[in-house]
Amino acid sequence: MKGLRSLYIQVGIGLVLFILFAVLINNLSINLIRTNLNFSFKWLYRPASFALAEHPLPYSPSDSYAWALFIGWLNSLKVIFISLIISTLIGFITGIARTGRNPLLKIIAASYITLIRQTPLLLQLMFWYFVGFLSIKGTLIFPNERILVLSNQGIKIFGDINLTAEYSSLVIGLTVFTGAYIAEVVRGGINSVPRGQWEAFRSVGLNENSGVLKIIIPQALPAILPGLTSQYLNLAKNSTLAIAVGYADIYAISDTIINQTGRAIEGFILLLLSFLFLNLIISLMMDFFNEIITKYQKV
Amino acid sequence: MRSFLAGLIGASMLLTGCTTKNEGPKSRLDLIKQRNEMVCGVSGKIPGFSFLKSNGTYKGIDVDICKAFAAAFVGSPSKVQYRTLTAAERFTAIRTGEIDLLSRNTTFNLSRDSINGNSLTFAPVIFHDGQGLLVKKNSGITSIKDLAGQAVCVGSGTTTEQNINDAFEAISLPYTPIKYQDLNQVVAGYLQGRCAAMTSDRSQLAAARSGFKNPKNHIILQETLSKEPLAPASIGGDQKLSDAMRWVIFSLITAEEKGITKDNINKKVEIAQNNPQLKQLRRFLGVEGDLGEKIGLDNDFVIRVINATGNYGEIYNRHLGPNSDVPIPRGLNKLYTQGGLHISPPFN
Repeated sequence: MKGLRSLYIQVGIGLVLFILFAVLINNLSINLIRTNLNFSFKWLYRPASFALAEHPLPYSPSDSYAWALFIGWLNSLKVIFISLIISTLIGFITGIARTGRNPLLKIIAASYITLIRQTPLLLQLMFWYFVGFLSIKGTLIFPNERILVLSNQGIKIFGDINLTAEYSSLVIGLTVFTGAYIAEVVRGGINSVPRGQWEAFRSVGLNENSGVLKIIIPQALPAILPGLTSQYLNLAKNSTLAIAVGYADIYAISDTIINQTGRAIEGFILLLLSFLFLNLIISLMMDFFNEIITKYQKV
Repeated sequence: MRSFLAGLIGASMLLTGCTTKNEGPKSRLDLIKQRNEMVCGVSGKIPGFSFLKSNGTYKGIDVDICKAFAAAFVGSPSKVQYRTLTAAERFTAIRTGEIDLLSRNTTFNLSRDSINGNSLTFAPVIFHDGQGLLVKKNSGITSIKDLAGQAVCVGSGTTTEQNINDAFEAISLPYTPIKYQDLNQVVAGYLQGRCAAMTSDRSQLAAARSGFKNPKNHIILQETLSKEPLAPASIGGDQKLSDAMRWVIFSLITAEEKGITKDNINKKVEIAQNNPQLKQLRRFLGVEGDLGEKIGLDNDFVIRVINATGNYGEIYNRHLGPNSDVPIPRGLNKLYTQGGLHISPPFN
């Protein structure tokens, strides 16, 4: 009896989904015909005829729209990948500091998290870009020219790695913002570990640092990972705010392309798919980590 | 697989929301009259063209064109709802029917007009502009060649972006475009020294410069990178609306040519009524014939338009004339009789 009922429910859900798809496709095609928009992707091969300030692979304005989009995707990836790593580091350090015993670190971590979480990301990005980078007069040198040079053109590291002001402020903005959220996820994870574990590692003579790293964090990880995954996905999606600071990510480039070609529907579909693809990769990677950790814990 | 399916369903839900139903009267003009209000897309950020004043009203040549349309279509220049749109949003707003028409310093070109492009229909040009470059006076830059290898601030999603690229390609010199979505950001980027120059239509450069702390420290280079005829636009394939728009603009130009102004319009109507031999004037003002009806408006639409905004020259002087906040020499925007480009076909 119970099996039969769940079968009905499944068939019902399947039917609803089918109808939804049918209505969508019907609606879309009718409207495309009505507005005389012929759905096609041929325009992707036409030359883009706009320049890009940053391109990890060779690009010139006579390359195709498809190549320009791909370059935009790489530009997005460049931001997301680096921000992901740095924000994880910031998040873990802050999260641990927040749950630790040092009162000064605790206050600093708490005020950082509060400040960042109460203000919108867009505002923060504008702040880093217009107030942070563009208002630098001349150059700031730490500690000499060979290591780190800041100017309103961007950051120069080790004398030959040049990061533009747009890229730098986007990465800083995203990492500082996501770092605060990750810190809260980490704190939640650490708090889920029974207090007895602290007493346990202290009683066997481990010091505070290695105790937290070797005993507490491994046990907190299963609780941290799901929250971490959703922060990573948010980070990837938030990277589209690049357009506010003039960085040529995939959204900014699609925007230009849609405006030049008038292909809004095709453009948005491509944009949607590229983000779906990107976030699926992140999800799969995190699933993979999760599996490793669960296996490791069982042993 | 499960998350992929979930994503697909999410995407489909999003798309269902985008489509609109085909309902109501055929022409947008009928819809405007039925609603007794017109929705006009403007920029709201360009002094002299369309600018939101501190008291919440809009001001500028683009705004006055909206008012002229509203006076002709629904009888009053105040029956307009303004929507501020970015360069990137504007065409989608027309396509989806969010706005009735666009009066937002938009360049008239082939891809925007054509059915396989943005599929719009343009009204006659209301401002002949050209793209220029704004640089700091003490930078020593005197021509586009001096900008080789330097950063140029530019608004994204505009023809500006393509023109600056074409200009640098033509002289085979490299440059770095720093693209912002909004003119205010372009200005901020330029003033804070991220770029050596900013590029936009010369009118917009002049408008932006008028807001600088020391406008005299910045110069617009002599070179003109492109011609930018700015025109109002509506959705393609709606002849009734586009015809009405076209002749409202022409009526502004004809009125200037005939010396009809906001102040003397009532006197001119009187003259037309009392002198049956003045055929041209009588037809133009709708005293005789049915020219207004032919384009789906009332016969006296010209009188209402001139009462609302004055003729083209008056609109120009109010917002861009020598005594305005954004003085731009009239140049190409004079009437054809004075060596400019504005000419109206006859009202016959």
